[in-house]
Amino acid sequence: MILPGSPLRPNRFDLLALALALGFLALLLRASQEVSGPFQPTPIALDPRLLPEYALRTAFRMGLALLLSLAFTLIYAPLAAKTRLEPFLVALLDILQSVPILGFLAATAGAFAALFPGRALGYELAAVFAVFTSQAWNMAFSFYQSLKTLPQELEEAATLFRLSPWQRFFRLELPFALPGLVWNAMMSMSGGWFFVVASEAIAVGKTQVELPGIGAYLATAIARGNLGALLEAALAMFVVILLYDQLLFRPLVAWSERFKYEDRPGPQPPRSWLLDLLRRTRVLRQASEAASAWALEALWWLEGRKPRWHLSFPPKLLLLPLGLGMGAGLWSLWHLLAPLGLGEVARVFYLGFLTFLRVMGILLLAALVWVPAGILLGLRPRLAQRVQPLLQFLAAFPANLLYPFFAFLLLRYRLSLEVFAAFLMVLGTQWYILFNAVAGSMALPEDLKEAARSFGLRGVVLWRRLLLPGTFPYLVTGLLTASGGTWNAAIVAEVVQWGSTTLEATGLGSYLAHWALTEGQGPHLLLGIAVMSLYVLVLNRLLWRRLYRLAEARFRL
Amino acid sequence: MLLEARDVAKAYRAGEQAYPVLGGVNLALREGEIVALLGRSGGGKSTLLRILAGLIPPDTGEVRFRGRKVEGPVAGMAMVFQTFALFPWLTVLENVALGLEARGVPRKERLRKAQEAIALIGLRGFAEALPKELSGGMKQRVGFARALVVEPEVLLLDEAFSALDPLTAEGLRGDFLDLWQAGRLSTRAVLMVTHNIEEAVAMADRALILQGSPARIGQEIPIPLPHPRDPNDPRFRALVDAIYEALTLREAVERRLEAELLRLPQAPVGALLSLAEAIARLGGQADLPLLAQEEGLEVDDLFPLLEALELLGFARVEKGDVALTPAGLAWAEAPLEGQKVMFAEHLLRRVPLLAWLHQDLLWRKRLPEEVVLARLEGHLPEPEARRVFAVIREWGRYAGLLGYDERSRVLYLPEAPNEDEASRGA
Repeated sequence: MILPGSPLRPNRFDLLALALALGFLALLLRASQEVSGPFQPTPIALDPRLLPEYALRTAFRMGLALLLSLAFTLIYAPLAAKTRLEPFLVALLDILQSVPILGFLAATAGAFAALFPGRALGYELAAVFAVFTSQAWNMAFSFYQSLKTLPQELEEAATLFRLSPWQRFFRLELPFALPGLVWNAMMSMSGGWFFVVASEAIAVGKTQVELPGIGAYLATAIARGNLGALLEAALAMFVVILLYDQLLFRPLVAWSERFKYEDRPGPQPPRSWLLDLLRRTRVLRQASEAASAWALEALWWLEGRKPRWHLSFPPKLLLLPLGLGMGAGLWSLWHLLAPLGLGEVARVFYLGFLTFLRVMGILLLAALVWVPAGILLGLRPRLAQRVQPLLQFLAAFPANLLYPFFAFLLLRYRLSLEVFAAFLMVLGTQWYILFNAVAGSMALPEDLKEAARSFGLRGVVLWRRLLLPGTFPYLVTGLLTASGGTWNAAIVAEVVQWGSTTLEATGLGSYLAHWALTEGQGPHLLLGIAVMSLYVLVLNRLLWRRLYRLAEARFRL
Repeated sequence: MLLEARDVAKAYRAGEQAYPVLGGVNLALREGEIVALLGRSGGGKSTLLRILAGLIPPDTGEVRFRGRKVEGPVAGMAMVFQTFALFPWLTVLENVALGLEARGVPRKERLRKAQEAIALIGLRGFAEALPKELSGGMKQRVGFARALVVEPEVLLLDEAFSALDPLTAEGLRGDFLDLWQAGRLSTRAVLMVTHNIEEAVAMADRALILQGSPARIGQEIPIPLPHPRDPNDPRFRALVDAIYEALTLREAVERRLEAELLRLPQAPVGALLSLAEAIARLGGQADLPLLAQEEGLEVDDLFPLLEALELLGFARVEKGDVALTPAGLAWAEAPLEGQKVMFAEHLLRRVPLLAWLHQDLLWRKRLPEEVVLARLEGHLPEPEARRVFAVIREWGRYAGLLGYDERSRVLYLPEAPNEDEASRGA
């Protein structure tokens, strides 16, 4: 709000913010310069002085993917929530969430490269696309759910005051969905880092494509068996994630507090120095407020002038092309897979079962360790509050950066990857279990804890009657999230490399990794992906969703 | 004639079946009056208000505003919501200006008008605050300012004071009435839905009572008292009594309908017992307004309890008074175990649903919840069926006639009726 008569002189915070913004702009320009240029497969040099540049490129890809995911979300979710395509679009999203896109990396890279022959853009887009697939579905789902759970009284007020469709979107729907959307974007960023590392060094057929970035630096370090360079890459990643958190997500989370619909008493809202700085600026703040007010005003004006157009096309019109497309897809799928034979299908299912055993076994083990630890930690709220950001960071840190260290150790002590692949798979995802156990235990109502104490509940009884049931919904959420990530990690974790030695574990992950490197073997890859998607989908339906419903019905506090 | 409803009917639809809520409602709102709309909870008051506002369409009949058919929200009406319905991310000023924004009023004029409305309703100095920084009373003032700033000819109040504590509600009511009396509002008529009888008598020029199932306007009670009105004035008390009486009147037809017999009132056993004991303390009979005050109960909570006592044959309600029957008196004064046994006897005799369940359980031993719900849903909408099931389950468990296994969702016959609940620890 511009108060009439207030001086429009910049204050010192304005200067600080300006410096920040200019610096950011310069970095952005630098990062985008090379993307559009011709592709020259320059070997990655293991020189720490080049790392800032590589880190910048990686960060740029992440940012681009995040923007694309946001754009996708803002289009897809309203379509799903407001048109008659709803059942179809929701089902599609559900499937997309279960497909391990990581296995497809080589194929998508090839496709994008074909779109922009001879340019770096194709490979860049392939990497960005991989990251996009790790974020977009989650974010779209979150936005869709917010749109479906708008508070009834606000909807009625909006209808009664006759808000126009765009006014409704900017005054009601978007603000209501914001906190969930920001939180989801932040959480799915963790998966994004994992994907960006994996997608910067891809083999497309015979060509080894390396996009300048931390992931490629890492791949080179692995190929050369250079332990020092490995550490440098990990350090660079650490810094990039930290900066993302401080400069983007923390301010966003703190800012989105304002849009929370119910203010339940909970842990203290997060603070952000950057947001505080921006809020203290004078010119910048007033200018941005005036600009947004003006933009909205212009939008209302435009909307008022134009006859309102309604998004209404009969879904039956879509049925024909959709049916044709599906038919063609199924036919070509059959055509591709038929030559493989039933024996191969059975073998892939068997391999999938091995990977399934690894995933479930290691999740169980991780739960046995981290659930008690997390619950105990959550009972000490002050300590837990300090540890939470660290856990969040650990979850975000891409575990595939650490695989080489383990490969090194496995080789050194002659350990079998058949067993230890499972540990690699859970390396990055175990934190979700711990994180949620801590959150659940912190959310236990104080009166229940006091009642337990006054009845002298201790040991097994305390755990069986209070701590485990009370945190159950959180535990299920943690395991569910961890499970998704663990399946994805299987593709990368069942084959690890150190120098010239490659270790392999028998499983669907290594099957996918193997055929991804072999040219012209799309059918195998397709079969592998299909089977893995099937495993994930069935597991979701048979196990996780049931547990979720049980948690909702019985254990919600 | 400002606002008019002609033969408005509405049914709640679930799948194939339709359950009538409103049947043939006629109502007219004239210039210069405040009309209160009263009825039992779940009796269709809110639905009627939303039909009048154009938020939902009636199934048959029509609503006319200044002679024009209402087919959606219209410019001349605004509503104040029970739960405030403020946008938490907008400041007080932006919330108030929202209706003007939707009308395309230019920004400058919008802000000026909003500031005026804020000052009018006593919110000066809060323009830049966010709703969550305000108390309940202040929030509802924003609700009023937001409705008044669009200069509606008809103002609809949907239980606008019921979320506030009594003192705050009285203050806001007084301030609003002052503005209304002084002619400082462009509003020509007010329709208020309320379950607070005293509030209706304090504010309205006449009260309309929704009755029956499906509901119609059953009675109209004029309130010809001059303002300011004194709640201790005998004429005020007489009007309160008259409305109580009108609200407890149920038609004979209504009672005989099977659906009505199934529609058990929302009455927890504990509340029933303490109400019966309270009436017994007051000498076995009591004046309803007095009883409500004594027990600290809102009308919406009191009526279902009275209905349940009547259904069980423990009490009779007549002319705004309630009297315990001899059985009711004995029940209220019996020791704990005796109360259970008597309750069980009355349940079996007077509540057909429970008698049926009990009979069925005697030879089937176990009865899945779905079976019972399916039977109820033959007569009641699904949420109502679930509610009734919860009521009968509670009554049956207390009486030792039913057992219920939470995990398998099955009703069973408890083995030793009265010990069962105690040993299972509910």
